[in-house]
Amino acid sequence: MAIDAIALHTTDNVATAVQDLKVGQEATVRLNHDVCHIILQEDIPYGHKFTLKPIQLGEKIFKYGEIIGRATTDIGVGYHAHIQNIESLRGRGDLKTKEDES
Amino acid sequence: MNFMGYRRKNGTVGTRNYVGILSAVVCVNEVVENIVRQVQGTARFTHHQGCCQTMLDIGIVNRTLTALGKNPNLHSVILISLGCESTNLTEVIEGIRNSGKRVEHLVVQETGGATRTTAEAILLAQTMVHEASLQEREPFPISELVLGMKCGSSDTTSGLVPNPAIGVASDLLVAAGGTSILGEVTEFIGAEHILANHAVNETVAQGIFELVERMEKRAMAVGEDIRGGQPTGGNIKGGLTTIEEKSLGAIAKAGTAPIQAVYEYGVRPTVKGLVVMDSPGREPEILTGLAAAGCNVIVFATGRGAPQGFPFVPVLKITGSRTAVEKMSDHIDMDLSAVIDGGDTIPDAGERILKELVRIGSGTMTKAEIFGYVNSMDIYMQGPVI
Repeated sequence: MAIDAIALHTTDNVATAVQDLKVGQEATVRLNHDVCHIILQEDIPYGHKFTLKPIQLGEKIFKYGEIIGRATTDIGVGYHAHIQNIESLRGRGDLKTKEDES
Repeated sequence: MNFMGYRRKNGTVGTRNYVGILSAVVCVNEVVENIVRQVQGTARFTHHQGCCQTMLDIGIVNRTLTALGKNPNLHSVILISLGCESTNLTEVIEGIRNSGKRVEHLVVQETGGATRTTAEAILLAQTMVHEASLQEREPFPISELVLGMKCGSSDTTSGLVPNPAIGVASDLLVAAGGTSILGEVTEFIGAEHILANHAVNETVAQGIFELVERMEKRAMAVGEDIRGGQPTGGNIKGGLTTIEEKSLGAIAKAGTAPIQAVYEYGVRPTVKGLVVMDSPGREPEILTGLAAAGCNVIVFATGRGAPQGFPFVPVLKITGSRTAVEKMSDHIDMDLSAVIDGGDTIPDAGERILKELVRIGSGTMTKAEIFGYVNSMDIYMQGPVI
């Protein structure tokens, strides 16, 4: 079965696209031996992430079963999860702005 | 699960059975290369160190050459020196002999030049290879495997397929009583707090933080901030959002096993299980460090296709990229791109990696070995050349 995205751990709330995906598409997401389906609300380029669950402002983002950052806004299911709605807990090196260690 | 290996007198187990021809110093590399070119069954270690360096670095050269000589994939060793190097030859020779191995030593300035040394060493190596070839493989449990892990020339697929699959293989090996070694400290930056959470105790966690701090300070000493500017603009365009995410893609190789200890570069672990070793990410230095740490197999994940191998430790190349499989077919041993296509899963791919490592450990040759693309080696130095 062809898949569209991979999630890496049961606690992950984002998956990574392994193809260029289009808004409105039902994406097939592989998690280990299981698959689930997510209706996409935005185009998701190859290698980019989208949400698997509704996420609230400040909620931690999980990939590999680990925290990769937190939401800077509420995010619905099937949305592009990237720098416009996720921030690092370690500061954004490329922006050299605030050092946020909380 | 068992593999077929070579028993060594100090209790370690080899997956290969070479006579090692080791350079004591950069100046004799040509001699070593000529010997190895002539005598089948030998493997070389050449490098660019051993003279005109700080005592700290000479100490690392002594320690690393000794540890390489003790690597279980070497049956016996011929050390070639020039005669005026800073390397402590007594320390290296005695250190290797302590493992029960035969060590011979030729000095170019005493033997009478490169030609005579090469001729004498060739005759000596012939008898030693014959002696080595009499030894047969025996079955050993996979707890005798010491696995080195590395990724290089990575792309988007690396953090999604081969690295997490190596994590599965490493977890399976550790569960079976084996050892696996994670290096590439530069790749920890941004996720070191997460890696430290996997440490078995506070001392090990602190050790992980200290390795990262040391690496950063060394770069800072020459004015480079290696944490700043991460993830890069290119990373963000490719879909990586935070530095934690970028580093986790590489650290995924470590799987979920607890980290038992932290070691200096090229030091053999005295515990079983998953351990961390100080090393940079660049291939010659990390492959050498893993070999010195006693690795008898190495697994190497790549996205774009990395060709490097090591002279006497097999390096298994795996990728999740269909493009790399097609364009770099002479270098890639395992094709995991079916995980991306949907026909395979990471847990199953991880099991296959372990089975392939067992086959490689039992004598199946890697593409790098068959091709002879096995000369990625050098010793990781701290100070200046003087």
